[in-house]
Amino acid sequence: MADSAAQAQAPLPDPVIHIEGLKNAFGDKVIHQNLALDVHPGEVLGVVGGSGTGKSVLMRSIIGLQLPAEGRITVFGEDVDKLTDAQGADLRRRWGVLFQNGALFSGLTVAENIEVPMREFYRMPQRLMDEIAAYKLALVGLPADAAAKYPSELSGGMVKRAALARALALDPRLLFLDEPTSGLDPISAAAFDELIGELKRTLGLTVFMITHDLDSLHAICDRVAVLAEKRVLGVGTIPELMRLDHPWIKSYFGGPRGRAALGQEAA
Amino acid sequence: MTTLSPPSDPARVLADTSEGAARLLRLGGRLTIATASDLDRAFALIQPEARPLIVDVAQCARVDTTGAWLIHRLVRDWKAGGQPATVRGASADVLQLIDRLGAADRKRGPRRPPARGIAATLANIGGAMIGAIATLGGFLDFLGTTLLALARTLPRPAKWRWDPIIYQGEAVMVNALGIVGLMSFLVGFVIAQQGAVQLKQFGADVFTINLIGRATLRELGVLMTAIMVAGRSGAAFAAQIGSMKLNEEVDALRTIGMSPYEVLVLPRLLALVLTMPLLAFFAALCALIGGGLYCWIDLSIPPVTFIARIREVVPMTDFYITLIKAPVFAVVIAITGCFQGMQVTGNAESVGQRTTAAVVQSIFLVIVLDAFLAVFFAALGWI
Repeated sequence: MADSAAQAQAPLPDPVIHIEGLKNAFGDKVIHQNLALDVHPGEVLGVVGGSGTGKSVLMRSIIGLQLPAEGRITVFGEDVDKLTDAQGADLRRRWGVLFQNGALFSGLTVAENIEVPMREFYRMPQRLMDEIAAYKLALVGLPADAAAKYPSELSGGMVKRAALARALALDPRLLFLDEPTSGLDPISAAAFDELIGELKRTLGLTVFMITHDLDSLHAICDRVAVLAEKRVLGVGTIPELMRLDHPWIKSYFGGPRGRAALGQEAA
Repeated sequence: MTTLSPPSDPARVLADTSEGAARLLRLGGRLTIATASDLDRAFALIQPEARPLIVDVAQCARVDTTGAWLIHRLVRDWKAGGQPATVRGASADVLQLIDRLGAADRKRGPRRPPARGIAATLANIGGAMIGAIATLGGFLDFLGTTLLALARTLPRPAKWRWDPIIYQGEAVMVNALGIVGLMSFLVGFVIAQQGAVQLKQFGADVFTINLIGRATLRELGVLMTAIMVAGRSGAAFAAQIGSMKLNEEVDALRTIGMSPYEVLVLPRLLALVLTMPLLAFFAALCALIGGGLYCWIDLSIPPVTFIARIREVVPMTDFYITLIKAPVFAVVIAITGCFQGMQVTGNAESVGQRTTAAVVQSIFLVIVLDAFLAVFFAALGWI
């Protein structure tokens, strides 16, 4: 009994991503002001917000591509702007990033793209890397012959999946996805959601996902963070968010598309 | 390779024993990608035997997809030998992961081995020939379409796109004035200096002025300008049009009903043809100033004498030759740059290749044409 009481009292495990007091600005234009957000281990956090609310900028500042004007960001407990080279490499090995447009290296084949991070971080036999690349491609639902193709020979949806395979190349603990299902047909998008959910369960993956796909939000996100007015307006499950009295949130989840995706419970 | 801290708790085979009739393989550590190659090497030594296999992963701290893949592969290969193989001590998640990878296991297409020998060499030569012929065809197509666009646009000045012409003119001429001027000044200076050293030996140092005047006004001014413009603007044309092509902007123009030749190629061509003579003349003047300065400093020939002497020894035809050659070189550079830009396909590497080709080919063509024109003007009697 004492044990379970102690467990109930125990604080939440350390967040994988911890952001406090974040300010991002381009010249005079302030994107984020005093933004705070925590992402907990093993959860899928969906990030939504109108165009230009700085969803991608937020992701870029977490992964260290955008230097914040103020504030502190830690990933796996380490301050991202105070890393030594070795710490930085260690951290980058533990996360995978899927960019909005894939950002595959155009001069390399799909298989070589997936092998790039493996080559960079580990000394592995070519045969093993080929095998890993092949099963990653199968996992994301690409045909085997895609491995030898160049990104310019792929369709938009295939580029996205190949990019996901590259993001998953090192079996990261933390995955950043920038609009992963945009440009996919609904069937592929659903398969994508299923794959992310399964990897999350089996590998204990933590996912930071920017998305506008209400179906994805509903299907796999444990919590959703709403970006507006330069900060995180609210974080929680969709029903929790809908209880917040904010016009944007109301029209986002309560609009015709939102209602359709959420089914009867919102009606 | 980036240096990483060595992985703690590497994946390893803890024990390789038997349990009843079966072979028991007890794995431990973190079965992750970090130490997968060690495990891969250890598993490579395990050959299927005529008894069952049990893989015990109960003591593994973590299994990621790479670890699961290695286990799946071991089990698969053992089963192929006709004996059962099982995984023991795995959590439901790990079992699901191994199952999932089993489903993702498929015959890989064989890597095409690189061809070797005489046949491959012949194939390479043949491929290069076909490529060259295709490029020639593409070039004729490009040239013809450009000329057609020119023929459509030229008689109707209302359809001329003055804004891009002026914009390109600024980029290719006005912004190049500094570098072209400096380069020509130095070339003039060096010619004067080298000429003076040689001619002094015959006491003919005053002929240095002849050398400067004729060499720069007839040949070097325009030639050096053309080389500089090919490097600056030819490369820029190829890279601009090439990136637009990659980004489907060229296709977008077509679908709106605008011809890329009229919108992209003609303004660049016209801007270069109109501004190149000005730039070449400016370059010749700068070279004269450089040469004149040297004559003043080293040979004590005052500028007034230098100018008077230049007017005596340089025939007007030298100046005409520069004015005739400049637009010809401009056409060569602009056409080569734009053509190579339009040939870009696929990826960023292609932009690099095409830009390089644009610069190399236009400089080469300019020099070949210059040699040809030198003979031509000599035959005309413009000596």
